Amino acid sequence: MHIDNFANGDSLLHRLDPRIKTIVAVLFSVVVALADRYSCLAVAVGVSLALILVARLSLKQVLLRLLAVNTFILFLWLFLPFTYGGEELFSVGPLHATREGVIYALLITVKSNAIVLALLALLATTPIITLGHAMSHLYVPNKLIHLFFFTIRYLQALHLEYDRLRDAMKIRAFRPRSNIHTYRSLAYLIGMLLIRSFDRADRIRKAMVCRGFHGKFYLLSHFELHRNDVVALVCMMAIISSLAALQWLILK
Amino acid sequence: MVDPEVIIRLAGVTFNYPGNQAKRLILDDLDLQISRGERVGLIGDNGSGKTTLFHLIMGLQRPTQGEIVVFGQKRQEERDFREVRAKIGLLFQDSDDQLFCPTVAEDVAFGPLNLGKSQEEAAEITQEVLTRLGLDGFEERLTYKLSGGEKRLISLATVLAMKPEMLILDEPSTGLDEETVNRLINILRDSDFTYLIASHNSEFLSETTDTVYRLERGKITPPAP
Repeated sequence: MHIDNFANGDSLLHRLDPRIKTIVAVLFSVVVALADRYSCLAVAVGVSLALILVARLSLKQVLLRLLAVNTFILFLWLFLPFTYGGEELFSVGPLHATREGVIYALLITVKSNAIVLALLALLATTPIITLGHAMSHLYVPNKLIHLFFFTIRYLQALHLEYDRLRDAMKIRAFRPRSNIHTYRSLAYLIGMLLIRSFDRADRIRKAMVCRGFHGKFYLLSHFELHRNDVVALVCMMAIISSLAALQWLILK
Repeated sequence: MVDPEVIIRLAGVTFNYPGNQAKRLILDDLDLQISRGERVGLIGDNGSGKTTLFHLIMGLQRPTQGEIVVFGQKRQEERDFREVRAKIGLLFQDSDDQLFCPTVAEDVAFGPLNLGKSQEEAAEITQEVLTRLGLDGFEERLTYKLSGGEKRLISLATVLAMKPEMLILDEPSTGLDEETVNRLINILRDSDFTYLIASHNSEFLSETTDTVYRLERGKITPPAP
């Protein structure tokens, strides 16, 4: 499993201070999520694409990730146009699609893609561990960061456990089919995985208690701001402010 | 009479998991005494209660009956066991349970920081322990990307970093290649630790311990001559 395979590159964005990247990513996402003017969103998409280019990510990989996101959005397109009230645009049998519904679905599509692209360029270029440390330095609640770290640490262990169980089923000639036996066996697999994760969580807690854990974590890494980081922060803040201005200040 | 050289004294310890209807108790009126400087091995079948015994000593579970005295004091509540955990290091059977921090350095520093050491002191201890175990250069490695043998050695480092007075090792040689096992044997032999090791590997025990007890039917039987 390579959950952080974008983080291995080398570019201006890879070298940027992770705290700056986190702040910029959050502000950018908030502004884009709230915006509904075309001018603002068009610029936002442009900014996201520019960031992807600066980050020098593999375009093929980026497209694959976008595909995953847009699969979800596809479902919105199946439902939103037909369930949103407003002026009728076209109809399929008894279903009537509205202009407002289509516009709404379109807005969501554009926004999600812009945000995902920006997150890929800013956050995916940071090793996950570093990202956790950056969040901690930005005063994100400790509990959230612990959950984040534990998820990363044990995703791998649980995935291996899943693989082992899967293999154990395979070597006894299990082949998934569309029948009760298959569903029951897969349910056993999931149940077993849950129980094992629970047991593991308990053992980890015990191991932590043995080493004197009392609810507090200490971080070792520290970051240092460089001139580039400050310049990047100022530039990105200017861009985000302009987006906000396009949306809320400049009259139509 | 409290003998200051006695580290662990268990008297009449009985344990059963709640709801366990089996006729047999996991630990049945068990006695055990370990003094400073002793190097004790423990063998016993799977499920004979070795891990349970260790968890009772560390206060991770409470006995149904009996007395646990560690460092001359009776230990009953969670509070009593804090000192035990600071002074006795337990190496878990599965290193994946023990290593949970993102990087090796953070994991090794976790214990010392919990004991109130400063960041600088913790970093110093980490460096020292890793060097002692021949694990220089592992500081920034990610714990989930280590091999099985590396995980075991790093786990040992995380325990040693707490500067324990005694070690308890739960099947330390299981699943390791010969070279790593030899490394582990040398580390233990060169140390002046008091330790208690559970293992199925009799060769490993004869290399590292002076006395071997057997845990059977919930009781400890004295060493075979």
